[in-house]
Amino acid sequence: MSAPLLRLEGVHTHIDAYHILHGVDLEVAQGELTVLLGRNGAGKTTTLRTVMGLWQATQGRVLFEGEDIARSHTPQIAHRGIAYVPENMGIFGDLTVRENMILAARGARRAEDIDAGRLEWIFNLFPAIKRFWQHPAGLLSGGQKQMLAVARAIVEPRKLLLVDEPSKGLAPAIIQNMIAAFRELKQTDTTILLVEQNFNFARQLGDRVAVMDDGRIVHTGTMAELAADEELQQRLLGLSLAAHQ
Amino acid sequence: MSAVAVAPALPDALPAVKLDRLPLLLVPALALIALPFMGSFSTWVTLTVAGIAMGMIIFIIASGLTLVFGLMDVLNFGHGVFIALGAYLAISVLGLMGGWTASENLLLNLLALLPAMLVAIAVAGAVGFAFERVIIRPVYGQHLKQILITMGGMIVGEELIKVIWGPQTIPLPLPAAFRGSLLLGEAAVEKYRLIAVVIGLAVFAAMFWVLSRTKAGLLIRAGVQDREMVESLGYRIRRLFVGVFVAGSSLAGLGGVMWGLYQQNVTPQMGAQVNVLIFIVIIIGGLGSVGGCFIGALLVGLLANYTGFLAPKVALFSNILLMVVVLLWRPQGIYPVANR
Repeated sequence: MSAPLLRLEGVHTHIDAYHILHGVDLEVAQGELTVLLGRNGAGKTTTLRTVMGLWQATQGRVLFEGEDIARSHTPQIAHRGIAYVPENMGIFGDLTVRENMILAARGARRAEDIDAGRLEWIFNLFPAIKRFWQHPAGLLSGGQKQMLAVARAIVEPRKLLLVDEPSKGLAPAIIQNMIAAFRELKQTDTTILLVEQNFNFARQLGDRVAVMDDGRIVHTGTMAELAADEELQQRLLGLSLAAHQ
Repeated sequence: MSAVAVAPALPDALPAVKLDRLPLLLVPALALIALPFMGSFSTWVTLTVAGIAMGMIIFIIASGLTLVFGLMDVLNFGHGVFIALGAYLAISVLGLMGGWTASENLLLNLLALLPAMLVAIAVAGAVGFAFERVIIRPVYGQHLKQILITMGGMIVGEELIKVIWGPQTIPLPLPAAFRGSLLLGEAAVEKYRLIAVVIGLAVFAAMFWVLSRTKAGLLIRAGVQDREMVESLGYRIRRLFVGVFVAGSSLAGLGGVMWGLYQQNVTPQMGAQVNVLIFIVIIIGGLGSVGGCFIGALLVGLLANYTGFLAPKVALFSNILLMVVVLLWRPQGIYPVANR
């Protein structure tokens, strides 16, 4: 495993009176795709939101490139090179696809200011972005919105992508598109922390895996190990991979 | 970066982009419905122009408030104090230029009015900046406290106005060239109301340009829909909010100058009186929607003038009735903001 780009050390997070994360320890290696698995309510989304500063860790450290960002504000964290794709995709429905992309490219005032080569790469990755460039994003289908959400996150080079359940609610054909897009992204050496419940989706992409339960990390290892060990899957996730193929 | 096309299975077309035109028809529909009841066409023209002028002034005042609510969920019941402040500043500045305002020369009148407006915009904006820092900032996310403390802020503001300008009603006469009416056929249309319409349209056009053509405008529109995502993209929504709050206060100050000239007198309580109207307008329009605010303001202005002429007792509650009817039709207002 290469050096960790992101490391969580004993992170606790409270939301109002609820204690959600109970000392999360997690490492995300540079250039790898780490999948965070776990049942509903295990604390996966809270972990991503805590890293992003949307919820403050009440205890513990969130180290990004060796610096503790646990007390940083969300915009400061974004400026360090972390992009976030939330579970609800966070699309601005009243804005056009073009306007959504301009906002994501912080230095751009107009679409022409976005790096043309990178935009062309995104258009090839997600043709819907180009096709519906001038359309209100609120009219896109669920899959197209997910593509826009990911495209927005990568419109400028980022060091770390936090992606929350990108396969949720998508048709199988669109899920295959997303898998291909993430494979392409991995080739650019982008570090990704992906929250997923769809093990089959995660299995095809993950280099490493961490499994959460009840606000704690209960297993870490390589995805290859977990994919090969049905007994471990049953124990950690309560599923058989065969049933999902 | 290699280019790999990965999404072959997508539909070729989206549902057609449908502009929601129905609300745009409300203003002409209301005007046409009122026509048969007016007795004469000239009366209808006079009242319609007066209603549009009143609506434009209300829009100038309310447009900032709707964005303030849309962007940060802040209920600012103290907005009225900026209206009163603008009007009183106009009294002071125009009082210093008595020679120019008494002149029949339109240019001199405009040269007197312009600094009054600029001073109102600048001072109301500066007071708005302080108001946000001292009064609003400690109560983010707490609606009940926002209502109480902003109302308290307005009361303090009114008392300070009394300290500076006195508690009595002060006349604010129109500059000489703005007085009187133009005859359009048999209809008499007050000159100042035409000026108010022109200024209101200019403010609407400027706001439309900023919101649709500038990055700051994009951020405001995005922030109204999902401020958490705007922060996740790396933008400081609080700074944006302060900017919008200051701009909204400045516009209220400008609106105060125009409202004072419209009423031709000024009282320390005028802000609280207009507050009711502007809250009706932003609720009718859809909280956070500038387009909805514009239509709502015109509807309120027209209805107030029509009912004031036809049935003055009905005029007292006609705008509340309008709000109820609109909310029964569209519970989120005329143009609900997506994702809210």
